[in-house]
Amino acid sequence: MKKFIGFVKKEFYHIFRDKRSLFILFGMPIAQIMLFGFAITNEINNVDIAILDQSKDATTQELINKISVSKHFSIQQFLANEKEIENVFQKGKVKAVLVFEKDFSKKLTTASNATVQIIADATDPNTANTINNFVGSILQKYQQELNTTAKIPYQIIPETRMVYNQELKSVFMFVPGVMTIILMLVSAMMTSISITKEKELGTMEILLVSPLKPALVIVGKVVPYILLSVINAFVIILLSIFIFKMPVQGSFFLLGLESVLFIVSSLALGILISTVSNTQQTAMMISLMGLMLPVILLSGFIFPITSMPLPLQVISNIIPAKWFIIIVKGIMLKGVGIAYVWKETLILLGMTLFFMGLSIKKYKIRLE
Amino acid sequence: MSITVQHISKSFGTVKALKDVSFEVKEGELFGLIGPDGAGKTTLFRVLTTLYLADEGAASVAGFDVVKDYKDIRQNVGYMPGKFSLYQDLTVAENLEFFATIFGTTIAENYDLIKEVYVQIEPFKNRKAGDLSGGMKQKLALSCALIHKPKVLFLDEPTTGVDPVSRKEFWEMLKRLQQKGITILVSTPYMDEAALCDRIALIQDGKILEIDTPEAIVKHYPKTIYDVSADNMYLLIESLKAYAYNYSVFPFGEFVHYSDSRDSFRLEELKGYLETKGLQEITIDIAETTIEDTFMELAR
Amino acid sequence: MKKENVIEVKNLSKVFGDFTAVNQISFEVGKGEIFGFLGANGAGKTTAMKMLIGISNPSSGQAKVAGFDVYKNAEDIKKNIGYMSQKFALYDDLTVKENITFFGGIYGLSRTEIKEKAEVLIHELGLQEVAKELVGSLPLGWKQKLSFSVALLHAPKIIFLDEPTGGVDPITRRQFWEMIYKTANTGTTVFVTTHYMDEAEYCDRVSIMVDGRIEALDTPKKLKDQFNVKSMNDVFLKLARG
Repeated sequence: MKKFIGFVKKEFYHIFRDKRSLFILFGMPIAQIMLFGFAITNEINNVDIAILDQSKDATTQELINKISVSKHFSIQQFLANEKEIENVFQKGKVKAVLVFEKDFSKKLTTASNATVQIIADATDPNTANTINNFVGSILQKYQQELNTTAKIPYQIIPETRMVYNQELKSVFMFVPGVMTIILMLVSAMMTSISITKEKELGTMEILLVSPLKPALVIVGKVVPYILLSVINAFVIILLSIFIFKMPVQGSFFLLGLESVLFIVSSLALGILISTVSNTQQTAMMISLMGLMLPVILLSGFIFPITSMPLPLQVISNIIPAKWFIIIVKGIMLKGVGIAYVWKETLILLGMTLFFMGLSIKKYKIRLE
Repeated sequence: MSITVQHISKSFGTVKALKDVSFEVKEGELFGLIGPDGAGKTTLFRVLTTLYLADEGAASVAGFDVVKDYKDIRQNVGYMPGKFSLYQDLTVAENLEFFATIFGTTIAENYDLIKEVYVQIEPFKNRKAGDLSGGMKQKLALSCALIHKPKVLFLDEPTTGVDPVSRKEFWEMLKRLQQKGITILVSTPYMDEAALCDRIALIQDGKILEIDTPEAIVKHYPKTIYDVSADNMYLLIESLKAYAYNYSVFPFGEFVHYSDSRDSFRLEELKGYLETKGLQEITIDIAETTIEDTFMELAR
Repeated sequence: MKKENVIEVKNLSKVFGDFTAVNQISFEVGKGEIFGFLGANGAGKTTAMKMLIGISNPSSGQAKVAGFDVYKNAEDIKKNIGYMSQKFALYDDLTVKENITFFGGIYGLSRTEIKEKAEVLIHELGLQEVAKELVGSLPLGWKQKLSFSVALLHAPKIIFLDEPTGGVDPITRRQFWEMIYKTANTGTTVFVTTHYMDEAEYCDRVSIMVDGRIEALDTPKKLKDQFNVKSMNDVFLKLARG
């Protein structure tokens, strides 16, 4: 028994004296709870919507007012006509458009019902559903208010239309996200591990003491992974199309190019990670902890970013995956061309160049 | 001068790995850096192969400055770091080809240089480097370091952990390489290998203790050393240590190397003393001083 | 005076599939002897030693260590021997005192015993200043001597040393061997494996393994005479080259 206690005591010493295990034991759970607690929410807050008011009468004004003061919604634009609806969705500016039909008040009083169209961007089916529900409940409440004073009950009928994903297939939301995560993880982790492996084995020393320029070492490490990741991306896209029946409404070629851009940015991140890691284990941990978890949570592919507290929203802007998911969803589900995603593409390009520049700068030409 | 080292110092945090190290290696010389683990050998090698920047001092290899002309050095030296750093998952042939290519040459171009080493591993050329024995890995590493006909060869503990037969063969190969005009700087903790070098530098705790030819270094030992043996080794050592006139007492295999603090003394006197301690079968003869004796004397 | 044998090995073998790592070796080691178990890497030394310390079952043959049979009483063997290797000896992230306390506990010593022995040990090795320091911060030579002493805490009959001295400096190496001499003098048997041939010279008798078999077994002096060479290194070269 005493031997056993002696052994357990020793184990405690090991745990408390190793910074890494302390971090995993205490640091990580706290960080994760905070992150998950704030990021995961079924509520929607400040969702951007647009309004097409074809009536512009007192009733619609009141309804619009109620919507505008709701914390769930943030009215971005007032559309002039139906033609603008497609545009505003493609640009990704709003997640839903509310259309009030012509002669709203009149129809309400004379025919006892009027319709409000709720057109929701269903590339994120959960959000679309939730928007639908919240709008519906606001309309219902107002309807009840009206009916307390009316003799004949009024009916405000919400007509829902889900665009880009009529069947509300969640796979449409997941596939772009999963594709992003996989590409990023494989690229970043593989490059960082490959470079740190050379450091661990000692072969890096020999490479350095040779005419081979350090820049060529990096490029040489990256090239095989670009090729392999592109094949990976291709396979994933094919699987999504044929097995999950995801559409590719837009240009396949553009999708390919953007994928290559994203892959390169992830590879650059991998190189950056390798410059601060000396062992493969460290590289792997940083890739997983530092990349995967925040990306899954903060890229917006599962949990809507707009519903997160402001600091997290700001952080999500520096995650390349977030921009790539927007691009992928845009091209595959909405069929947009470069004209609509040029902003995101530029941001991704900028990030890539930044990571690469930083990696080259940090790449050590000596051992220390 | 092929290699010049002038007052090189290097620290890692609070640990001073190299303290004011200076020496020179002539062209075509086989120079040994002799010292135990932690003496600073690897650190010195890394400074000379431009992998570390020294805190103080200057050094040059093949006429190039280690700081300013590091790119030139990297093109002109062969480096074999400890642990035979090869690609374990590539075959013998693939490893050799890789190193030839990054140095801008081919195996055929300098084959005569590595031939002697390579023929011994050629039968295994399609075997993965990770599956080779220690002695084979050593030969492969040497071939890879030579493939581009370097002017200077740096070998960091190439024989550590390798069986005695391979060790002997390895040094024979080095001697023959030297005849082809390559300057070779080797580090080793094995004192017996020191005797095979043209000149050696003894290093301990980051400091150079002595630099000279092996023969001259041995002559530097100030005293005559005696091989003493008796029927009980432990008692013999304790007795000699307790002897008032001892200068050094070190076990050396089946004998104890003993040297006396007096300029001369009578062997019978020592023998008599040991007998009073209860020892029998006592023999005392003059011993051949070795580099190890000198090393320990200098390191005291 | 007949010496009592603490290790008796007869036709001991270990086979892995169709590879025979240890091929019918036989030898004896007497009490208080310093026995060198030599051979190149891959010759079978480590495999043989694992059988003797009770952590590997032989394929065939017999062996008795400290009077206990290696097949039937492996656990008793473990209680009566000490073990130290270069690869692992002490925990780097525990202090000197904590290591002594831990291993003392594992070996079944009482708290008072541990306390007493710790004091003696620390004093003998001159480690008073660093008793509360992490072992990882000590120089290699001190670690070596400390692990040797820790392996002897429970006063075992035999101590097995597996490649105990790495590339330490010659002086430290000799201090270590002086500790071995002292231990052997008190009657503890020392069983050392090493591929440093010069250390073979310190042993009372040595055996040299080549490809799983014992090809030589005698005192260093007699072996050198037999092969007409000056050092154990040369004995080995002659044996290996045939």
